[in-house]
Amino acid sequence: MSDLTLMLIKLAFLAVLWLFVIMAVGVIRTDLFGPATGKAKRAQKSEPRRSKPVSRGRRNEPRALVVTKGPLAGTTLNLSASQPIVIGRAKDATLVINDDYASGRHARIYSDNGRWIVEDLGSTNGTYIGQQRLTRPQPIGVGQPVRIGKTVLELRK
Amino acid sequence: MSEGLSTALPPVKRRNAELVMVLFAIAITLFAMIEAGLTRNQEMPPSLFVYGLLFGGLAVLAHVFIRFFAPYADPLLLPLAVLLNGLGIAMLWRLFEATGDTERGSAMDQLILTAGSLVVFAVIVFFLKEPRTLQRYPYVTALSAVVLLLLPLIPGLGQTVNGARQWINLGVTSLQPSEFAKISLVIFLSGYMVMKRDVLSLASKRVKIGPVKIIDLPRMRDTAPMAVMWGFCILVLVGLMNDLGTSLLLFGTFLAMIYVATQRSSWIVIGLGAFFGACALLYPFVYHFSVRVDTWINAFDEDVFYGELGANSQQLVQGLFALGEGGILGTGLGGGKPGNVPEVQNDFIFTAFGEELGLTGVMVMLLALALLVERGMRIALASRELFVKMFASGISFLLAFQSFVVIGGVTRVIPMTGATIPFVAKGGSALLSSWIMLALLVRMSHNARKPAPQAIQDEGATQVISR
Repeated sequence: MSDLTLMLIKLAFLAVLWLFVIMAVGVIRTDLFGPATGKAKRAQKSEPRRSKPVSRGRRNEPRALVVTKGPLAGTTLNLSASQPIVIGRAKDATLVINDDYASGRHARIYSDNGRWIVEDLGSTNGTYIGQQRLTRPQPIGVGQPVRIGKTVLELRK
Repeated sequence: MSEGLSTALPPVKRRNAELVMVLFAIAITLFAMIEAGLTRNQEMPPSLFVYGLLFGGLAVLAHVFIRFFAPYADPLLLPLAVLLNGLGIAMLWRLFEATGDTERGSAMDQLILTAGSLVVFAVIVFFLKEPRTLQRYPYVTALSAVVLLLLPLIPGLGQTVNGARQWINLGVTSLQPSEFAKISLVIFLSGYMVMKRDVLSLASKRVKIGPVKIIDLPRMRDTAPMAVMWGFCILVLVGLMNDLGTSLLLFGTFLAMIYVATQRSSWIVIGLGAFFGACALLYPFVYHFSVRVDTWINAFDEDVFYGELGANSQQLVQGLFALGEGGILGTGLGGGKPGNVPEVQNDFIFTAFGEELGLTGVMVMLLALALLVERGMRIALASRELFVKMFASGISFLLAFQSFVVIGGVTRVIPMTGATIPFVAKGGSALLSSWIMLALLVRMSHNARKPAPQAIQDEGATQVISR
């Protein structure tokens, strides 16, 4: 075994080790953003939807509901226009928050012609947008914090 | 019911990605053995086939098991563990079998221990369907942790190895119960923090100088659990058992978990202050401890280097030389002299990698550990139960901190303490506890990611749910 061969084996081994790390990071990458084919599919899906008479600019449409404060901070919910989100302590709520100041079915967030609307479902301690307590369903925009008990939620793109 | 709901992790299985990565990790292990055999003995390792079959078979079996019983588990956890474990086995083979010296240990033993650990791994993944059931008996778990820690003190059962009394003799084999006490402690702390989270995070006294807020201090009575933990770590571990490593790990984990639960930095400030204060006061009086500090600070002093057995800095200094010898690219597996470092197969196996794989290879090892920890933290973020969040982040922190304590000790950043790199170093207890932690992470990541159960019928007060 000549020194040169051993040298090459050594370098090959290190390269293989790094290849492993790069592949591992690749696995996480697709884990976070979905497989590469997802983009093509998504583009196909959005094509027919655009032909529908949705007047609002799609670019400003939120994609996710994010919990920014409270025990569930960091949790993300994907939004879909057909599916209202019920927030509360009840087991069958879409987002179950373990918060002493929240009611069983506390509030609802739903989509109305591309606008997202928050509605208080008669909770004891109220739902707040900023400092203002909700008295009737109210539209919210991206990044506007909605507070329920100790939990703060907001829409994200 | 909860369709359209996904926590940050999408419900995808990705088992094929895992299989590819596992096979890759096995291939790397065998490649390492071939390189070591060719470089050192100018021949292919004679037992390569046996190792390939056994280790490869075990890893693939573990993958098949996950495919059936935890299909939504994170696809990176198993491959990373297999890589680290495989590199460890290959290095032990190079240290012992390849040099014909199998008295102090052997890669085959490590392989058998891996097989045993994988059985425990499978049992845990299979039977622990809901990790939150562990939350039920926090104080019993705490008691079990204390008992495990104190077991080596029982005369006749305990063994003292290299000045630290942390082994128990079970006749056929010896065991290091503190490795398992760490896991019990994380379970207890998770349950405890879920119960006491609010009082620990909200009740506070604000310290102000003029109008400037300095820090929010917890109330005196709320510091009791920390005082208990602190006293326990200091007195029992440093005082009675001389096991600085475990003490540091337990207290560090406690601080990390209380910080995760309360998000208050004052706990960390108080905790670190109390711990280091006690260490600084105690170290001149505890012989074993002062030796460790002395060999750390004065490692290159001639008297310390040639000091009596167990109190000299030969291991540390030789390890540093080995790392220096390795440089950027290393000498190649089998090309160095890692045997110059005494007891290189345990804590100092990192220097063997540093010497033969160089900085380039060691970085891969660190990255593998970091990715494992990152996946653990990701599981904590994705889970929706508070207990599981605490548990996953506690285990991840334990893995990270343990690696830091070992590698920091070996590279002379902190005093040498005597912990082991997860999955890599020789030793059954350490390997088993690492695989137990991995099993818990696999189970939690499966639960965090699997799609919510579908309701079969929607009407009525009681919903029927298929599992």
